[in-house]
Amino acid sequence: MIEVKGLTASFDDRQVLKNVSFTVNEKEIAVILGGSGSGKSTIFRHMLRLYDVPYKTIRIFDKDIADLNESEQLEFFMKLGVFYQNGALLNSLTVGENVALALEQHTSLPPDIIENIVRTKLELVHLGDAYQLFPSQLSGGMLKRAALARAIIMDPPLLFCDEPGAGLDPVSLASLDQLILNLRNLLGITVVMVTHEVSSILRIADKIIFLDDGVIAFKGTPEDALKSDIPVVKDFFSKGTGATLTTDH
Amino acid sequence: MKPLKVFDYNNYSYLGGVLYLKNHLGFSNAGDYSNRLRKFLPNIKERNLTIDFNQLKSIDSAGVAAIYNTVSILNKKGITTSFTGESETIKEKLELFKPPAFEKHKSEQEYGFLLKVGDLLYKVFKEHALSFLYLIADISYWTISDIFNRKQRRKGEFVNQAVNIGVNAVPIVVVLTFIIGMVISVQSATQLRNYGANIFIVDLIVISMMAQMGPLITAILVAGRSGSAIAAEIATMKVTSEIDALKTMGLNPLRYVVIPKIYGGIITMPFLTILANVAGIAGGALASYIYLDITPEIFINRMSGVLYQKDIITSIIKSVVYINLIVITGCYFGLRVEKGAEGVGKSTTKSVVAAISLVIVADLIMGLIFYR
Repeated sequence: MIEVKGLTASFDDRQVLKNVSFTVNEKEIAVILGGSGSGKSTIFRHMLRLYDVPYKTIRIFDKDIADLNESEQLEFFMKLGVFYQNGALLNSLTVGENVALALEQHTSLPPDIIENIVRTKLELVHLGDAYQLFPSQLSGGMLKRAALARAIIMDPPLLFCDEPGAGLDPVSLASLDQLILNLRNLLGITVVMVTHEVSSILRIADKIIFLDDGVIAFKGTPEDALKSDIPVVKDFFSKGTGATLTTDH
Repeated sequence: MKPLKVFDYNNYSYLGGVLYLKNHLGFSNAGDYSNRLRKFLPNIKERNLTIDFNQLKSIDSAGVAAIYNTVSILNKKGITTSFTGESETIKEKLELFKPPAFEKHKSEQEYGFLLKVGDLLYKVFKEHALSFLYLIADISYWTISDIFNRKQRRKGEFVNQAVNIGVNAVPIVVVLTFIIGMVISVQSATQLRNYGANIFIVDLIVISMMAQMGPLITAILVAGRSGSAIAAEIATMKVTSEIDALKTMGLNPLRYVVIPKIYGGIITMPFLTILANVAGIAGGALASYIYLDITPEIFINRMSGVLYQKDIITSIIKSVVYINLIVITGCYFGLRVEKGAEGVGKSTTKSVVAAISLVIVADLIMGLIFYR
């Protein structure tokens, strides 16, 4: 599904990513983690084509994403769902209108069918009653779920999540994780997630890609990460939880 | 909408009470399917319709929504529907993406004009009128009781507010009212000259500036300048929980934040209005000199005959009423802010619109009281 090969990136004279390579398979939940400034957001933004991507470094859906023409770009974005850290919902629109936005712009579906799809997706994220509400009327957890509904509105095969758990209490975080797991299981979505939440990682990740100073320090399953002797990885997991480390997915 | 005679396409067709779906139904073709089917619906005479999924290979959420939409439309026409030949995967998708039951909200277009107006008035009264009156009562009480009680007022805040609301507004108010005085004079000069009534330009300018334009223009400018600033300041304080912080520190936000603005406004607004009147009259006098040859001496002599003490006092009373309305409206909308930056913007806009509207209504009422 995703193949990153020898990706290097620098800003001014500072090299942020150094020869990064990894793959994410279909229906896998891959978590990119690392400390601040380790380059996780840079990889994330490269995969979304928000930065200029060097040729032959990132292949998604079997295509070099640096080499897409205009219609291929649109097709590429239609197959992606992106869940931003702060929700990034448009404040002037209701939740229903926010979720419907891509459908209205990119399909010829009649309004009643669009409304049905939107309500179904809101129901999937347990926000059935929020259709008419504005983002300012939602709690932090509801805002994230609304953002998730917007991200999956076009049934994307690939979902990118940028720190979905940031600012959530443990209960809301666990429920959001469960929701992402359910969506993966029900819809067969591949998920790439950037997060710091150790509990969340252990709950849902199939694969961990651990970045340290622009280099991949560890790649593997959460179980392997917990047993790892690599100092940064060991440090991250021991200081990140302080509790029992078990995976439960 | 012209009904279709046949419904036979690559991915969907209809024959003898059976709707056949083929290959794929989803985002790419659900809109087309739905539109064509609606046009074909009048031709369906059967009372039972079967949707046949045998040849359908894949479906997504848009396809499922279109299917259930078909079912719902047919049911409303009294036609029952059943599914046949769904594979396990399609069955799962039909279950997963089945639209939830919801009550359709009656859209505004469905209400008549009078009902809409009534509904709006009821909402305005319910949501705003009472709480606005409560706020006026609260502010009036604290304005009077805090005159001799300086507790809960930050030192120097009254002077700051007087400078912000009054002194800083002097240049814009003076320049604009001077220009307005000139405009009134220029517009009237031609007409008065036709009747040989040049000298009456003085009456026109003095009375219109003192009685109406001076206080009104000043209030509108202050509403736009200071009213919006007050609403934005208080709304931001509310959004960032500063108002709550004041309450939990045992401070009354009205006394701490609002009352100094009222004092600052009440003290400076009459001066600002008098300045505006003088500037407007000066502008008018200049234009009269240029267009009607009315010298400043003639203008002043005539003015002493038409300017009454009552007009000056009325002007001052109006200015005090207006500034109270502006500050209270700013506070009201600031305190009613919904969370987020968007809310602050909305509150500010609403406050300016409401303040200017209230000032104009108050102007009408005071006009009726003072000039009957």
